[in-house]
Amino acid sequence: MTFNPHTREDREEMLAAIGIEATNELFEGIPADVRFPTLNLPPQLTEMEAAARLQELADRNMTPGNGKTFLGAGSYSHFIPATVGQILARGEFYTAYTPYQPEVAQGTLQVIYEFQSMVAALFDMEVANASMYDGATALAEGALITISRTKGKNKIVVSGTVHPAYREVLRTYTVGLPIELVELPVPATGFVQEAEDCRPYLSDNLACIVVQYPNFFGGIEDVQAVADLAHEAGGKLVVSTYPVPLGMLKAPGALGADVVAAEGQALGVAQSFGGPYVGLLATRQEYIRQMPGRLAGITTDSEGKRGFVLALQTREQHIRREKATSNICTNQGLMATAATVYMSTMGPEGFREVANRSYQNAHYLAGEIAKLEGFEQPLGAPFFHEFVVTCPKPVREINQKLSERGFIGGYDLGEVDPALDHQMLVCATELQSKATIDEFVRLLATA
Amino acid sequence: MTAPRDLKYTKSHEWVRIDGDIATFGLTDHAQSELGDITYLELPEVGGAVTQAEPFGVVESVKAASDIYAPLDGEVVEINSTAVDAPDLVNKSPYDDAWLVKIRIADPAQASNLMDPDTYDQFAEESAH
Repeated sequence: MTFNPHTREDREEMLAAIGIEATNELFEGIPADVRFPTLNLPPQLTEMEAAARLQELADRNMTPGNGKTFLGAGSYSHFIPATVGQILARGEFYTAYTPYQPEVAQGTLQVIYEFQSMVAALFDMEVANASMYDGATALAEGALITISRTKGKNKIVVSGTVHPAYREVLRTYTVGLPIELVELPVPATGFVQEAEDCRPYLSDNLACIVVQYPNFFGGIEDVQAVADLAHEAGGKLVVSTYPVPLGMLKAPGALGADVVAAEGQALGVAQSFGGPYVGLLATRQEYIRQMPGRLAGITTDSEGKRGFVLALQTREQHIRREKATSNICTNQGLMATAATVYMSTMGPEGFREVANRSYQNAHYLAGEIAKLEGFEQPLGAPFFHEFVVTCPKPVREINQKLSERGFIGGYDLGEVDPALDHQMLVCATELQSKATIDEFVRLLATA
Repeated sequence: MTAPRDLKYTKSHEWVRIDGDIATFGLTDHAQSELGDITYLELPEVGGAVTQAEPFGVVESVKAASDIYAPLDGEVVEINSTAVDAPDLVNKSPYDDAWLVKIRIADPAQASNLMDPDTYDQFAEESAH
């Protein structure tokens, strides 16, 4: 049947009902000179011409994936196996949304269930949800899990080495709410937040301490020490992390974390100018009722056959809306599927291999930069695949020269704090070859 | 339904047993029957403060979730962790095994704001319709 929203008669009847002659009269509140502006558009193109024009514009982008990018700071360039795109493009999966009648879509629920299982295993946590928008919102929602009105816990203490953008999202989430947000400044030396730095802010109303692991500057801090401190004060530990380092490092769950949040982009999701990404969020069984979003579960039906169900959704979505602590009621379905296919394709061995190569490349890079005159490495902690380099001139100038040679330099920490404009946050992954690293270091020296 | 004679009641369907300077709070039989099968209880921590007519906990059943309001001001001295672990106890034994918290009473005079059993029975009967 042809879809026909309104017939001419319908429209005339509606216009008559409100007492006007023509639809255009509805827009008379808008000043006449901006009502129907003449757009300055080029003449129309054929499809072939338009494709060529768009390709020409696209070719001006510098795209990661060729190993010539050393930029991380929360978004990482990793190899994406062909299985990811192939499976993602299947009609059964190709939707960003969790179905409204979820149990009908058994395949979708199975993917979510496998996603949750792998995320929980990766973090060494008991339960993971069906995913969040991205790492920053996962962290903010994760911190809110620890807020308890009935227990009088409403203070969030945030380490100064948590990603600045994530801290901004936390600020946005908590503004106007009866939550005390305490942000520690970026540590004065070494870019490492010591557990003891948090001690002055401990109090009875402490809900959680938030740390990043490895931290924004790449440093691996003593997470267990912060966990002990938070627990001693009756609070929880919320850890923001990234999946790839966990192929090598101890999982946050083994270090005392109560809530773990992560940006899952590195798991088979293209960097795409910053999104769509996928947030990972996991916690312990006892906080499951405070967890936002959805949780798929496995069960057996009346005939004893295996089936997947939506086992839990935040109650506030349906029956306690005025007390809601989160408005997240679905998941980042397509990107979570990509992450699931990525992890399944890599397997534990492949995942460790990615982690190990990223680590080895970054440490080779750091060793080569250490040989350069005028460059220093101020990070006061071991690192995984990202670290700070102090350069002899502003990073902005160096990155300009690098880009002229087809390289994307590291993150300019002057963006975070103008006083740090000589500090570059450099990252390596499995994509670099020894030759590209050597060339990058040569260019750094002469930039 | 007849509310036990030795307790006081609130309009939000909590009961309170006053024993010297200690008060015990729970949910009434009427409350549990309106809520249906109770699946989850959230209670405050020992040492926390509760305030009359302010929420101190959450109860969730298969068909609803609501706050639990404190009948009196005071400091929490004990919580019923057995009921937290097995929330259906509230359905089975609302006045005995499923007491929720015990508090040290801050202001005994507040008890005058509470309902006696007969008034509560009448109130519950009216609110059921």
